[in-house]
Amino acid sequence: MDARESSGSAPAQKATRDMYLPPERRKIADGGAAHISAKEFSVYYGEFEAVKRVSADILSKYVTAIIGPSGCGKSTFLRSINRMNDLIPSCHTTGALLFDGQDVYGKFTDEVLLRKKVGMVFQKPNPFPKSIFDNIAYGPRLHGVNDKKKLMEIVERSLKKAAIWDEVCDRLDKNALGLSGGQQQRLCVARTLAVEPEVLLLDEPTSALDPKATAKIEDLIQELRGSYTIMIVTHNMQQASRVSDSTMFFYEGLLVEHASTAQLFTNPKDPMTEDYITGRFS
Amino acid sequence: MNIGTRKILDRSFTAVGIGSIVVMAVALMIVVVPIITNGIGAVFFTGTVEHRKMLFSEFKRGDSENLSSEVASSERYRAKVYGMLTGFEAELETMAPEKKAEYKTKYSEVRTALQALLGPLPGDQEPMLTRFKYGQTRWEKAEEKLHDLLYESKWDNSNPEVMAKEYFVSRAIGFEGTSLVKLFPYVKDNLDKMLLPEFTVYWGFITDSSVDSHFFGGIWPEIQGTFFLAIGAMLFAFPLGVVAAVYFTEYAKPGFLNSMLRSANSTLAGVPSIVFGMFGLAFFINTLKVSESKSVIAGALTLAIMILPTIIRAAEEAILAVPKTYREASLSLGSTKWNTIATVILPAALPGILTGGVISLGRAAGETAPIIFTAAVSVGSAIGLADVLSSPTPALSWNIYNLASEHEAAAQIRHVQYGMVLALVSIVLMLNLSAIVLRARISKKLKG
Repeated sequence: MDARESSGSAPAQKATRDMYLPPERRKIADGGAAHISAKEFSVYYGEFEAVKRVSADILSKYVTAIIGPSGCGKSTFLRSINRMNDLIPSCHTTGALLFDGQDVYGKFTDEVLLRKKVGMVFQKPNPFPKSIFDNIAYGPRLHGVNDKKKLMEIVERSLKKAAIWDEVCDRLDKNALGLSGGQQQRLCVARTLAVEPEVLLLDEPTSALDPKATAKIEDLIQELRGSYTIMIVTHNMQQASRVSDSTMFFYEGLLVEHASTAQLFTNPKDPMTEDYITGRFS
Repeated sequence: MNIGTRKILDRSFTAVGIGSIVVMAVALMIVVVPIITNGIGAVFFTGTVEHRKMLFSEFKRGDSENLSSEVASSERYRAKVYGMLTGFEAELETMAPEKKAEYKTKYSEVRTALQALLGPLPGDQEPMLTRFKYGQTRWEKAEEKLHDLLYESKWDNSNPEVMAKEYFVSRAIGFEGTSLVKLFPYVKDNLDKMLLPEFTVYWGFITDSSVDSHFFGGIWPEIQGTFFLAIGAMLFAFPLGVVAAVYFTEYAKPGFLNSMLRSANSTLAGVPSIVFGMFGLAFFINTLKVSESKSVIAGALTLAIMILPTIIRAAEEAILAVPKTYREASLSLGSTKWNTIATVILPAALPGILTGGVISLGRAAGETAPIIFTAAVSVGSAIGLADVLSSPTPALSWNIYNLASEHEAAAQIRHVQYGMVLALVSIVLMLNLSAIVLRARISKKLKG
């Protein structure tokens, strides 16, 4: 317990690009500045402390995976970045969580603007019961794009980025709920990309999908790598090692270890991490 | 519990379930079948020449040439009846005074029965009420009246132990030995020639205004009034109810005030409708003075207050049933709360909200008590849209009650009462059906 305490509440590690990235990927991360940074950040559900004094820097344009057993607070941490936890009345936070240097939970933060910049894809595909076109155009319309031609451009670009354009281009006016689960999830990614976010939060995006659809989503993350800061919560450690540049390991609300993926999976510093990734507990 | 007992329990439960459904179905049949058969009789029936005469002189409908030839042919047979009457009146003058007095009462009874059957007799004064200007317009009523002419009803009081029993005495026997005795078999044999019954489809029952307090049907003012009241109530209650439901589900913070408001809403849903009627009178008419006295607007407002809790509850449930994921998706795209409600939650909740709305619409159309003091009159003409702010209106629900219990000729216009009931049931059924269709369509659109 003590070991975990100490590593979890250790002073924020100074973020440098060398820390997390294997050499061949270093050129992608431009600047390597911390895009999101947590400082002694805690999330409470009522009395219960779900995320405990986490301090970490998430680098810009990196793919960061969050792993850990169920109930370890990884989803809570992810959802607190774009303030989706605001939906839960009893939820409150202490410490600081900075996005682009601004306090996410600051008094003057506009959570609507924040969520525009920090998009999210959820565990279960959740397209609106609308046409494919309207699903993608939903965000842009919200933010004031009403020109039909411009919307069409955005829809096409987003669908192409999400690698689903070829499958749906001839049925954009059909209801999105008619798509398969994997297609729906990629549609959700496209929908999020349509508002041109800087950060993409993926909350176990493949846990409801079959292996084939999962592979497609993973390919998609590879495509998007370098263009967006991506954070992905996953239960699947192979997935984490496949898609991410750096990995955070959470246990019982504590950030046990945060290192480059290669290092964390081959040479974990913390015995807890080693136990977890070798499957000694889950 | 062993497997045998379990199976027996299972089967007996199934049996009880099926039994209760059967009981319900039978009860429904007992109510609905007479409504339908009798109600249809208000439009489709065997009508007499008197019906066609009424239509022509009251509504200027029908073929005048055809009608005059019909009237001429029926008058040919009636002339003999009228001749017999004048003949007997002359005979009456020659009788001894005490015999004359005895026959005179009997004779006036015969005349009354004949008037009911054929309309005013020659020498009668022009009747004041329209209903006495015509004979029987419906053949089955004419047959009843023929019985009244042929037989005198008497009551047997001889045995004080049991209830008095009605029995019939032939009037012809009373006139034995006079010239009038021939009248009875003549009318009996030639009634069809005097009334010329034929199958009639009287759509005017629905589309006409009422003549002489619904004596001949004509329920359009009631149908229109019912629509005005129900739709007026919806215009107030639906937007208000949906907004209130959105507030309860999306904006209200849990707490004392909120739970008080919610339980007040549930309580309101169970308040007897007559209380809403009294409230409408006291609040909308006496306090707010929305109108001088009863008016459509006062009735619609009262009905709106009555259906508001139901609409709020239905809308609340529909909104709560919208998957949380839609809300999350919308918010994560940078949508404001209000935008999420307007573009995602309300559209997804629409089928449920509409169902609640239409069920309430049906209830507003059918309720009697709230409009007694606020909107309904028993007889009136159809009002224009501009008059809703000041005029009361007849309405089906209130007029069914009125015609069945307070009308001076309630027993003679059963067909009108049934016709009205069928009209009301059809309207409510139609509304519910349209709700089902609408719901199915929207759900299909949502599901893709």
